[in-house]
Amino acid sequence: MKSLEELNAVQDKVKGLISLRLEDEGQANAATDGCRYHVLVCGGTGCTSSGSKQIIAKLNEEIEKNNIVKDVKVVQTGCHGLCALGPIMIVYPEGTFYSMISVDDVPEIVSEHLANGRVVTRCVYDETITEDGFQSMHETAFYKKQNRVALRNCGLIDPEDINEYIARDGYQALGKVLKEMTPDDVIKCLLDSGLRGRGGGGFPTGRKWQLAMGNDADQKYVCCNADEGDPGAFMDRSVLEGDPHVVLEAMAIAGYVIGANQGYIYVRAEYPIAVDRLKIAIAQAREQGLLGKDIFGTGFDFDVDLRLGAGAFVCGEETALLTSIEGQRGEPHPRPPFPAVKGLWEKPTILNNVETYANIPQIILKGADWFASMGTEKSKGTKVFALGGKVNNVGLVEIPMGTTLREIVEEIGGGIPNGKKFKAAQTGGPSGGCISADNYDIPIDYDNLIAIGSMMGSGGLIVMDEDSCMVDIAKFFLEFTVDESCGKCTPCRIGTTRLLELLNKISDGKATMEDLDKIEELAAYMKQNALCALGQTAANPVLSTIKNFRDEYVAHIVDKKCPAGVCKNLLTYSIDPEKCKGCTMCAKNCPAEAITGEKKKPHEIDPDKCLKCGVCMSKCKFDAIVRK
Amino acid sequence: MAKKTVPFQGTKEQEEKLLEMIKAHKGEKGALMPILQQAQDIYGYLPIEVQKIISDETGIPMERIYGVATFYAQFALQPKGKYRISVCLGTACYVKGSGQIYEKLQEVLQIQGGECTPDGKFSLEACRCVGACGLAPVMMVNDEVYGRLTPDDIQGIVDKYNA
Repeated sequence: MKSLEELNAVQDKVKGLISLRLEDEGQANAATDGCRYHVLVCGGTGCTSSGSKQIIAKLNEEIEKNNIVKDVKVVQTGCHGLCALGPIMIVYPEGTFYSMISVDDVPEIVSEHLANGRVVTRCVYDETITEDGFQSMHETAFYKKQNRVALRNCGLIDPEDINEYIARDGYQALGKVLKEMTPDDVIKCLLDSGLRGRGGGGFPTGRKWQLAMGNDADQKYVCCNADEGDPGAFMDRSVLEGDPHVVLEAMAIAGYVIGANQGYIYVRAEYPIAVDRLKIAIAQAREQGLLGKDIFGTGFDFDVDLRLGAGAFVCGEETALLTSIEGQRGEPHPRPPFPAVKGLWEKPTILNNVETYANIPQIILKGADWFASMGTEKSKGTKVFALGGKVNNVGLVEIPMGTTLREIVEEIGGGIPNGKKFKAAQTGGPSGGCISADNYDIPIDYDNLIAIGSMMGSGGLIVMDEDSCMVDIAKFFLEFTVDESCGKCTPCRIGTTRLLELLNKISDGKATMEDLDKIEELAAYMKQNALCALGQTAANPVLSTIKNFRDEYVAHIVDKKCPAGVCKNLLTYSIDPEKCKGCTMCAKNCPAEAITGEKKKPHEIDPDKCLKCGVCMSKCKFDAIVRK
Repeated sequence: MAKKTVPFQGTKEQEEKLLEMIKAHKGEKGALMPILQQAQDIYGYLPIEVQKIISDETGIPMERIYGVATFYAQFALQPKGKYRISVCLGTACYVKGSGQIYEKLQEVLQIQGGECTPDGKFSLEACRCVGACGLAPVMMVNDEVYGRLTPDDIQGIVDKYNA
């Protein structure tokens, strides 16, 4: 685009595209496309796996059959957050929230709701049903405490249509920066806002940009880390799938500030939907002249290219990621020099995470004070979490910093299934730790999480109940880091393996209390000496579980018992003679022939032969098998 | 000893596609990863022959190409068979003799674990517990589970897919 006026003109023209969907912002207006209904179907990875593509096809087919093609527009959006109830479909202007719909429900929804205005109550998310009708999804427990900043467009716009992004003030922040602000103004705004890196480390974003701006070079680069590799994390994927343009816009702003004209997004190849939408977004932005030469007629050039990751977790580390973009083995190297001084191809480079970028256009448009009004003293704004594990509402949530774990799990997450008790929450993935119930009411922010032995991480939040064994969880993460250690430095390559061996000793019941000391010593050594964050933090899941659940480790080591009943080698199976009817089901199915007994008389398990596979327990109809 | 695998069977069309793709990346900085990714899309894996073509065309030394190709989990240097056989070597299966099943398969297919038969039909690997301990020992052919196996069953199952 040649000028900001041109963008404004486009925005005026396309504004009506989405006005029908803004009920929650009090601006719902008739759509300029003449449609009476907009049907938004989630096309994020979660809902796509549960069949949203087939739903869209069926919707279009039925809409045609009912002769209402002109009245209804079907839009495929990004993630709405409530993945557990997918596929999700929202009908505007009412904002009717349909959940867990199947293809078979579609004909009724079309003929009843879209053709005749009668909501199909049996398919509506039950939390939105009230005594006197329906309430907005924003009133439900899952959404009530959320505040969508980074996710503001996810689930609301069609990510494959740049006009819908422009209708939501898209590229206005870039226009404002290029026309009205100096690079120093932007940095001041970011510093004042208190925005810290959302990839986990929490480094102030304005400070990072300032460092790169201050280094003179003939060429600089702006990079985006979308190599989200923590098991159980999908925040960045959801932003890219639901609102790809926000990342492009923020990267262009960064380019203007530090003086770079080339950007790279390093995104996992395992995220095919995100990759496709990014490709579409880049092509559309180039076509509109929002990427490319002389943006808004200001003489500023900026373009973005994609680089696909190839399945190496270590590439989430910044120096490894940049090495990988260069087309080499993704091995980290020591810092300093930091990328802001010598990054990609030895040129000053800034690397920010997807969610960090997603906050920036809003900060520019609404101001630093607005952003700083959310959150805690040192952690401003909101944070997106991927809520998973033993919790009812598995999904994507964005909450103000300072929300407590209890609010996240009990209110937003809808509590723990089957009436079980909360035991721990794991944040920060393989670099983080487990938070125990003692810290259920601590406000979540960067500094509090570090203080209790975990870390913010990129935002995976896995809830565990009383059936989870903390030694086993620590082992799970260690196995992951052993697999993913790149092998360049010894403390990580050998340290993680030795650590895992010690943990195996514990879960096999062969450890002594001295092994706990050894673990702590080895962990301290790795923290000091490993080359990059992967190795330095690899022991965190172990240390935090030892710190918060020491009793459980002691039970494994001293009593040779696994209180949660997970570690196989510490379990014994036996048969309760009172309950056993002698039906022989267990004996017939035992793979080790460890169960003997006469028909119609109580059976017995030979502990020496028993493999502890649990088959007998699952086959017994009388609950006679006891596992201790 | 070199791993047994399918001999390289690249076609002229594939090679033309590869050369065209490499050309399109000419002069681009850090193009090796995208080139390897697209080469794998063309061939299904990255045999040494393909790596050599890439090296010749781009001037990037073989040791660097091989280094990158082996670093990332996404790149496959061996093709997978049409029928992927995995044998559970979890504890329950192992005690019930899955080790013998694994050996028998190697004997029948004339390949080791991790290899692929030269006709591209079968590849063999060991896996962790598939959660079907009640059927031990268990193996899977693609997504189909075979349980309560004895070594004598193996030839019959393989013949079924060979028919």
